[in-house]
Amino acid sequence: MAEAKYISNDKLTAWLDELAGKMRVIAPTRQGDAVVFAPYASGQSVELTQEATSPPKSVVFPASEDLLRYDYRKNPENLGQVDVELLPTITPEPTLVFGSRPCGVRGFLIFDRVYDGAIYKDPYYLARREATLFATITCGHAENACFCHSVGSGPGDATGSDLLLTPIGDGFVVESVSDKGSQCLESSLLEAAGGKADEAKAFREKAHQEMGEPQDFGPAQKKLLELFDDMGFWEDVSAKCISCGACTYLCPTCYCFNITDENAGLTGRRVRSWDNCMSFQFTLEASGHNPRPTKAHRLKNRVGHKFSYYPDLHEGIIACCGCGRCIKSCPVSVDIREIVTKAMAHQPPAVEEAAK
Amino acid sequence: MTENPKQSPLAANPYLPEIGTVVETIQETHNIKTFRVVLGSEERMQNFHYEPGQVGQLSVFGIGESTFVINSPPTRKEYLQFSVMRAGEVTTKLHSLSKGDRIGVRAPLGNAFPYESMKGKDIIFIGGGIGMAPLRTLLLFMLDNRKDYGKIRLLYGARSPQDMAFSYELPDWLERKDMETVLTIDREAEGWEHKVGLIPNVLLDMAPKPRKAVAVTCGPPIMIKFTLQALKKLGFKDNQIITTLEKRMKCGVGICGRCNIGTKYVCVDGPVFSYEQLRELPNEL
Ligand SMILES: Cc1cc2nc3c(=O)[nH]c(=O)nc-3n(C[C@H](O)[C@H](O)[C@H](O)COP(=O)(O)OP(=O)(O)OC[C@H]3O[C@@H](n4cnc5c(N)ncnc54)[C@H](O)[C@@H]3O)c2cc1C
Ligand code: SF4
Ligand code: SF4
Ligand code: FES
Repeated sequence: MAEAKYISNDKLTAWLDELAGKMRVIAPTRQGDAVVFAPYASGQSVELTQEATSPPKSVVFPASEDLLRYDYRKNPENLGQVDVELLPTITPEPTLVFGSRPCGVRGFLIFDRVYDGAIYKDPYYLARREATLFATITCGHAENACFCHSVGSGPGDATGSDLLLTPIGDGFVVESVSDKGSQCLESSLLEAAGGKADEAKAFREKAHQEMGEPQDFGPAQKKLLELFDDMGFWEDVSAKCISCGACTYLCPTCYCFNITDENAGLTGRRVRSWDNCMSFQFTLEASGHNPRPTKAHRLKNRVGHKFSYYPDLHEGIIACCGCGRCIKSCPVSVDIREIVTKAMAHQPPAVEEAAK
Repeated sequence: MTENPKQSPLAANPYLPEIGTVVETIQETHNIKTFRVVLGSEERMQNFHYEPGQVGQLSVFGIGESTFVINSPPTRKEYLQFSVMRAGEVTTKLHSLSKGDRIGVRAPLGNAFPYESMKGKDIIFIGGGIGMAPLRTLLLFMLDNRKDYGKIRLLYGARSPQDMAFSYELPDWLERKDMETVLTIDREAEGWEHKVGLIPNVLLDMAPKPRKAVAVTCGPPIMIKFTLQALKKLGFKDNQIITTLEKRMKCGVGICGRCNIGTKYVCVDGPVFSYEQLRELPNEL
């Protein structure tokens, strides 16, 4: 399909304004030291050089959203009888996420397999996912926490995106990846890409090569299960962790949630909000029993889920897009790559004994 | 053996409860209350398909949702029965409901007892406390299909006579010729004519034969632990022992990521597991 066009930097704002006339545009915006995805306002400058601090996860999966509203009503015929009415609240809005990196959308490919399941489907997620387009930018320069090439992605990976933008000269080569994406190319502000499309391809290949040799995390699937009962290992790798949860909230592939009610008199809302398996409460049962009582148990689940359990259920696909946000944002520098690497290299003590 | 999603309104929006009405409540013990609930219409009740062992999420809007076994069997469809032990916020609020109150129901969820493969076998039920709830479903289902099963025995234990749920049914179960019922309490109590002693010890006295038999057990973790040892002593193999697991749940449909043990989600792959299956799971109960 890939139709290629070119837009020069001086026309970018006009193009965004045009697109914003048709749908909500979310773009990376500088807020102090951080770059976050925020609604684009006409003429505003967008931050396309620095990788965003948080991924665009909340566009499709809001940090908090209503699942339904409930309304208690007295039955006028019989005042002793109180009825309750439920109103599901699914309100997707056509949205373009402009300027995320390949890892930003790849997170949703991990979500899709769970939220669009064979039996149960999450209509809230799916409605937003369907209404959201991604115009992704090729990464020219990988940061040292990035490892997308080791989990099956890469700096020019367009999987899941609708448009792929590659910086060439004083602008971007804009290529359509999906039919929905092609529609965004119907603008007089864009010109034919000509030979620049080849330059864009070369740019992406170079960016991929510069990331160096990918690491093979495949063996982690079995190895992490073998290490399940080795609490010494898990206590060691989680020693620094302070259970703050930053790693999960900033992760494009973390999808766990909580459901709570917010009551306001006779009406209220049932709310879904992001939850975090690094917190003690996540698995705490009413009896007081907690199957994951320590941070070592909980980190084991986070790493195990991404590199072992999910791949086991989903054709070997690792539930991590290699964006490195959990590494960059961890206040005590816990590094998930190091944990998985260490696990893969770990020899059970019994074997070491035998070798002596 | 899970429900047919086409017949479940949950397929369209798994988070949207149906509104049910409490038609009867029974105070079972000081902290267990039973709710009989009917869904929308007569027709809806007749179309509501579930299997023994499946669970539902009950909602009190404004407080929240919690998971409970549907403890009435699908062979008796006038109402859905849930027995709730008071444990925290939602269960306390549930206890304040009475006849005519509305309640949210998301059901059926989870897998079921393998009652097909249990046909022709002798069954021994071993229930402790509120753990009797899931067993009740299967027991009544089997009694309603009596000829499909061999000898049926029930061992039900509680702390004291006052802690025995389903007390109104016990006389019938004790009298029936087509099953054997043994009741036990932890310590002597006035007027108690049945066994006294911990479940695993009484089970060893009963000495059910493992040949062509299946044991179904549910109760507090400590009881399960010693019951398992007793069953092993009697010669039961791991694939002849079935139990149900409890995990904190939210979505109930395998999405929220809360109830996993390694690759298994208790809400969809469970709550019913054999000990053979449990042995395959990572140790995270
Ligand atoms: C498959 C299954 C079947 C069950 N069947 C029954 C039954 O038939 N009768 C009965 O009395 N109890 C049953 N339970 C346990 C019951 O779900 C909990 O006691 C109940 O959720 C406690 O809720 P609460 O709000 O009163 O407690 P709180 O402590 O206030 O709970 C807070 C939150 O934690 C969740 N939660 C806490 N503990 C558990 C737990 N053990 N399991 C699931 N969620 C938990 C609740 O959903 C609630 O959202 C079952 C649990 C499971 C998983
Ligand atoms: S960000 Fe770091 S300290 Fe915080 S929970 Fe994650 S691993 Fe632990
Ligand atoms: S686990 Fe870390 S590196 Fe992997 S996707 Fe999540 S935040 Fe990015
Ligand atoms: S309760 Fe949500 S995944 Fe099991």
